[in-house]
Amino acid sequence: MSNIMSETTCFHCGDTCKEEIIQLEEKSFCCFGCKTVYELFSENDLACYYDLQAAPGAIPKEIAGKYDFLSQQNIIDKLLEFNDDTIQIVTLYIPHIHCSSCIWILENLHKLNPEITASQVNFGKKTVRITYNATTFSLKEVVLLLSKIGYEPYISLEDYSAGKNKINRTLIYKLGIAGFAFGNVMFLSFPEYFQVSGFWIEQYKILFRWLMFAFSLPVVFYAAQDYFISAYKGLRAKLLNIDVPIALGILVLFIRSTVEIIFDFGSGFFDSLTGLVFFLLLGKFFQQKTYSFLSFERDYKSYFPIAITKISNGKETPIQVYDIEKGDRLLIRNEELIPVDGILINGIAAIDYSFVTGESETVQKQSGDKVFAGGKQTSGIIEIEAIKSVEQSYLTQLWSNDVFEKNKEEGFTTVTNAISKHFTVTVLSIAVVATIFWLMVDASKAMNVFTAVLIIACPCAIALAAPFTFGNLLRIFGKLKFYVKNASVLEQLSSINTIIFDKTGTITSNQKSTASYDGTQLTTAETTLLKSTLRGSNHPLSRTLYNILEEQNIVTLDHFEEHIGKGMTASYHNDHIKVGAAKFVGYTDDATVLNTTVHISTNNTYKGKYTFYNKYRKGLSKLFNNLKKQYDLAILSGDNEGELENLKKLLPSKTKLIFNQTPNDKLEYIQYHQAEGAKVLMVGDGLNDAGALAQSNIGIALSENVNVFSPACDAILDASKFNQLDQYIKASKTAIKIIKWSFVLSFIYNSIGLYFAITGQLAPVIAAILMPLSSISIVVFTTICTSILGRKLK
Amino acid sequence: MSVIYVLLAISIVVAILFFVAFIIAVKNGQFDDSYTPSVRMLFEDELVKEKPKKQN
Repeated sequence: MSNIMSETTCFHCGDTCKEEIIQLEEKSFCCFGCKTVYELFSENDLACYYDLQAAPGAIPKEIAGKYDFLSQQNIIDKLLEFNDDTIQIVTLYIPHIHCSSCIWILENLHKLNPEITASQVNFGKKTVRITYNATTFSLKEVVLLLSKIGYEPYISLEDYSAGKNKINRTLIYKLGIAGFAFGNVMFLSFPEYFQVSGFWIEQYKILFRWLMFAFSLPVVFYAAQDYFISAYKGLRAKLLNIDVPIALGILVLFIRSTVEIIFDFGSGFFDSLTGLVFFLLLGKFFQQKTYSFLSFERDYKSYFPIAITKISNGKETPIQVYDIEKGDRLLIRNEELIPVDGILINGIAAIDYSFVTGESETVQKQSGDKVFAGGKQTSGIIEIEAIKSVEQSYLTQLWSNDVFEKNKEEGFTTVTNAISKHFTVTVLSIAVVATIFWLMVDASKAMNVFTAVLIIACPCAIALAAPFTFGNLLRIFGKLKFYVKNASVLEQLSSINTIIFDKTGTITSNQKSTASYDGTQLTTAETTLLKSTLRGSNHPLSRTLYNILEEQNIVTLDHFEEHIGKGMTASYHNDHIKVGAAKFVGYTDDATVLNTTVHISTNNTYKGKYTFYNKYRKGLSKLFNNLKKQYDLAILSGDNEGELENLKKLLPSKTKLIFNQTPNDKLEYIQYHQAEGAKVLMVGDGLNDAGALAQSNIGIALSENVNVFSPACDAILDASKFNQLDQYIKASKTAIKIIKWSFVLSFIYNSIGLYFAITGQLAPVIAAILMPLSSISIVVFTTICTSILGRKLK
Repeated sequence: MSVIYVLLAISIVVAILFFVAFIIAVKNGQFDDSYTPSVRMLFEDELVKEKPKKQN
């Protein structure tokens, strides 16, 4: 029987049907929720949902009362994108969007409810933009409809404060203009490349030249303006960044070309000018790889609810969380997040702090106990009294630290800028020396040579090497589920010397699945009873223990009762069993044990306990041993020392193990080591690591599911790739080597160009060939090298 | 007037027309989401009704 059960998967959501199978029209469903969604779809002729992708759905969650706040006008106004009396438009973030079936069903919402006039999915961002009739339908009803079909939107405090942010499309405009001008200028300059003196060209060249001039104007003054601004900023800060020689090159190209056509010296270099800007912008565009479905800037606001239910004078009213004041009585429903620190007044709290600590096991609280913001209630309704406001809570206070205001890229010299300093000085000296030489030999050529050197030395190829190498590597890493924020992060990754790991949720996996028993040996009958009892409970520890225990015959219990926060009792025939906390089963002489335990007693005699251990991620020892040669390693844990001995066995002996760290301790630890010159890579996962992730040179957030939220960081690493971390760091180092080789390559081009420039024979056609050739060969070289590099990675 | 002027004028006007079309397309957000439209165009207006294949 159990074999057949484990193989049946739900037709709607694809999960294994565990407890019960619901049959309908020869299809199996794991729960009534899934069945209801299926029925709803088939009634409305939407069953094609299941044809596009097998089992695409999600189990609809219980949401009674959760979205009552959506009837508050001030909250609705913040969320709506467009609002007039008859039409409202809202964009909602739906984490479940993952396949073409999702797109199809969400864009056919109007078939489910005719009040919805249009809906459009943005797959990359996982959002849906819904237009509906405001007179007969409301935002709350839209959200409820989506939740009913398993597409519950995620509405967080961030949506409230973000406002309507505009998409920045400047780069694409600039690239369009540069490309447009480049193409047209190329056409117009072709005749003069080959027909230097002919009757035809003499007649029309003036027109062609001035047209080229006209096309180059928007390129110089609009498309290239970032280079001028950056060069100006660099010079003011007394830095010779790569944009200084670029801006100089563009300027000289434009002025000399204009002078040439005014005085009819020649055709100018408008083709090289526009081509140069076009290629440079192309490099920028390529580097600007963004993962639109990920955010690297999250703080607690993305986790926190937008509104919460307040109880005053026996009435329940939804209020905005920023309006919570000290002393307010708040109602927290099942699966809701506690937004402020408070004291539990009513109900049994089982709080999951996994957002905060990465630890998934729930914490039980009694009335009168303190509960902290960021915890998620997992068993029924509770009431708490707020003792702080949102911004002053223990967790949220962390964000008032200055470190969150700091821009990490400042103060970091990129490899390109490092070389540009020497490059600029060298080019300027060559230009001056060559000019002085020509002033003595043939003064009429001096100005020509001076400008030609600056033009040909314009470091287009150098400027392109880093964007294309890092841009390509970002893509390769992205495919391997290592999502890096930008190219600068990759470059810093290659220069780190200290790696610090968080413990819970980072080097351990979220499920605790090893346990050892000690106490009196259980009889077969007792084990059967234990397993049957555990089967009835949904507590995470019960589920884990149930899976660890060997296969037993499952018996139907005569009696089963779960005491939330304590344990459970069950009986079968004449045997009674108690499973749960030490006190609950009547075990008193419990010394302070640091590890999580589950105690068992049968027929009122104490039997023994199961002790749970953290399960470490696969390849942990190997990863640390690979890293220990080059890096200082440390583990910073917010937990107690219960795992100290275990970790000592697993990890290289010089790894520092530090326990009982508060979020602020972690931040200060990193700050201290940075002051001593360490370049720190922090790997963490929970919100309690947010400070450390921001303070470190590189903060990597580890995530079991990248669609779920992770704190602000520089990169997000999928947990399954954790053991590959050393490979990724190594790859970033190789990327730096590739860039340095590209520099060598571009110096060769520059030397050839300089020969023509210094000898005073730089013709427009040579510049027009040499400049794109060097740029394109750098692009090809870096792309091939990084692809070879990427093939070695797993 | 030589025909070259006419040809030049035409070619530049055509080029500018396409350029303006590009700018308008960007402005309307047609380049913001480059994935969803590629899936959307494959959906049929009325899908042929056939019994979905039985799972497992």
